[in-house]
Amino acid sequence: MSVLVIAEHDHRRLFPATRHAVFAAQQLGLDVDVLVAGCDCRDVAVSATALAGVRSVLLAEAAHYAAQTAENLAALVAAQAGPYSHVLTSASAFGKNLLPRIAALLDVEQVSDVCRILSADTFVRPVYAGNALATVRNANAKKVLSIRAAAFSAVEEGGNGTVLEIAASPDLGLVEVLRRDRRDAGRAELGLARVVVAGGRGVGSCDDFNRLLTPLADKLGAALGASYGAVSAGYAAPDLQIGQTGKIIAPDLYVAVGISGAIQHLAGIKDAKIIVAINKDPEAPIFKVADYGLVADLFEAVPALVAALG
Amino acid sequence: MKILVPVKRVVDPCVAVRVKPDASGIDASGVRMSMNPFDEIAVEAAVRFREAGVAAEVVAVSCGVPASQEVLRTAMAIGADRGILVETANELSPLAVAKLLKAVCAEEKPDLVICGKQAVDDDANQTGQMLAALLGWPQATFASALDIVDGRVCVTRDLDDGREALRLPMPAVVTTELGLNEPRYATLPNIMKARKKPLRVVAPGELGGEPSVGVMTIEWAEPPVRRAGVRVESVTDLVDRLRAAKVL
Ligand SMILES: Cc1cc2nc3c(=O)[nH]c(=O)nc-3n(C[C@H](O)[C@H](O)[C@H](O)COP(=O)(O)OP(=O)(O)OC[C@H]3O[C@@H](n4cnc5c(N)ncnc54)[C@H](O)[C@@H]3O)c2cc1C
Repeated sequence: MSVLVIAEHDHRRLFPATRHAVFAAQQLGLDVDVLVAGCDCRDVAVSATALAGVRSVLLAEAAHYAAQTAENLAALVAAQAGPYSHVLTSASAFGKNLLPRIAALLDVEQVSDVCRILSADTFVRPVYAGNALATVRNANAKKVLSIRAAAFSAVEEGGNGTVLEIAASPDLGLVEVLRRDRRDAGRAELGLARVVVAGGRGVGSCDDFNRLLTPLADKLGAALGASYGAVSAGYAAPDLQIGQTGKIIAPDLYVAVGISGAIQHLAGIKDAKIIVAINKDPEAPIFKVADYGLVADLFEAVPALVAALG
Repeated sequence: MKILVPVKRVVDPCVAVRVKPDASGIDASGVRMSMNPFDEIAVEAAVRFREAGVAAEVVAVSCGVPASQEVLRTAMAIGADRGILVETANELSPLAVAKLLKAVCAEEKPDLVICGKQAVDDDANQTGQMLAALLGWPQATFASALDIVDGRVCVTRDLDDGREALRLPMPAVVTTELGLNEPRYATLPNIMKARKKPLRVVAPGELGGEPSVGVMTIEWAEPPVRRAGVRVESVTDLVDRLRAAKVL
């Protein structure tokens, strides 16, 4: 029995979520290998060998892994999965897209968004927007699990795994990726940030979203996030969405500005250590979960907060 | 061109569910049920293609209990032409549903399947990708824009750090993001019309058998409750308290 963790990367660096998935894999008490599939991405594989406790890093390089399409990656992983009892990725957009395709090719079920590992076949996962926690027993021959990265620590450095080159699978040529727009990663990654400042529909415009919230995020060293209300109104990019159907976060400090606190939004912030809410409506549901609530007009409170932080 | 849209009956997304006191499941008695909101978006997208003359027929499919006929009627009230219910009282997993849908696809031969990206009850986010894998079709998940140009599917996908544009040959599977469209409200005349549209009920046995399920929930629990904290008087009060709590 051993575990295969599929690495998420941009061909240059390993993404932090993978370190959390490797940490989760180690909770299973089995040998852990990491698979890096990409294009000119040996550096990524080498950095994965440095993760504590990683045995081997399987490296598959081919031009048709450049776009990281689920079709080609799933075929590769399914071909490599034979010796492994468990296959894991983080439950990021990458993992959500890829992993069910792998599970179906292997003819096994998948357990999504695992937030606790109780044993090699028993896992806890949130359902109903996090309003319930289900403990599931998985009787499938192989356990395919997506990992809620924010629920696990990151594995430390200090490993001395080896890189094993493996053959690429053939290009299935099923999809063309025409364009990819990545937001520049200057700011902390939202999913794993220690501090998050998020704006909602109450912020009122895209200009105000940036004008008010960016200085606050800078002062706090925070990642920026948003409610779906702000995303649907066009104030914030979709990749900033926090919640049941966006990103799940677990920061030490979460500051919600002009966000009402719908069930779907709360699903994404339940594990924040401290929640601060700034809202002009004293009845807003966000105050039911906020550790510190400030009933105020955000257009006055946010600049005052930036000033008070010095 | 034919579009197939799988739809699921779920606890209404506005309901905050509770776990039964004996931890045996969700207390669903008397809880309002509705169509999974992401599936409504999928139906809307499909119906728009038919209205634009791009698609000839939209077929809604559900797998589950007899009451799932209601969500098929809702899909037909939005504009789907007919419905198929694969009726079973048994627990289904996303893989089991994908296998049943694969069998439906073998009969119906759709050119495009549009699924919701996740169901808001189990939040699994698996069925569309699994169906694509079983059929050997390309997939485009989390679509926030969808078009059909020269017989190919063009999709903008939302990613964790941006978006990407894909082009896929048909047949293909697409899953919908919240921002893809805003589903219309079904009007009363359309709800009436939907009652007369064809709805076929089939048993899993007619589709090659009911797939087994190997992931069982053995315990249900409520997450730790968060309680409301304090109302702070002012911005300075807030900063003082955050400093005291050592988060600044
Ligand atoms: C299937 C489904 C999935 C969903 N998934 C998500 C998800 O993942 N994440 C998510 O966030 N939502 C999600 N939603 C949407 C969710 O239901 C809410 O509609 C959304 O969260 C509301 O966003 P909001 O709080 O910004 O807007 P609103 O609810 O409109 O709240 C705006 C708030 O701003 C306050 N405000 C206004 N002006 C000011 C001011 N000057 N100063 C201070 N406060 C002010 C108001 O009092 C109000 O409380 C989902 C919905 C569905 C149906």
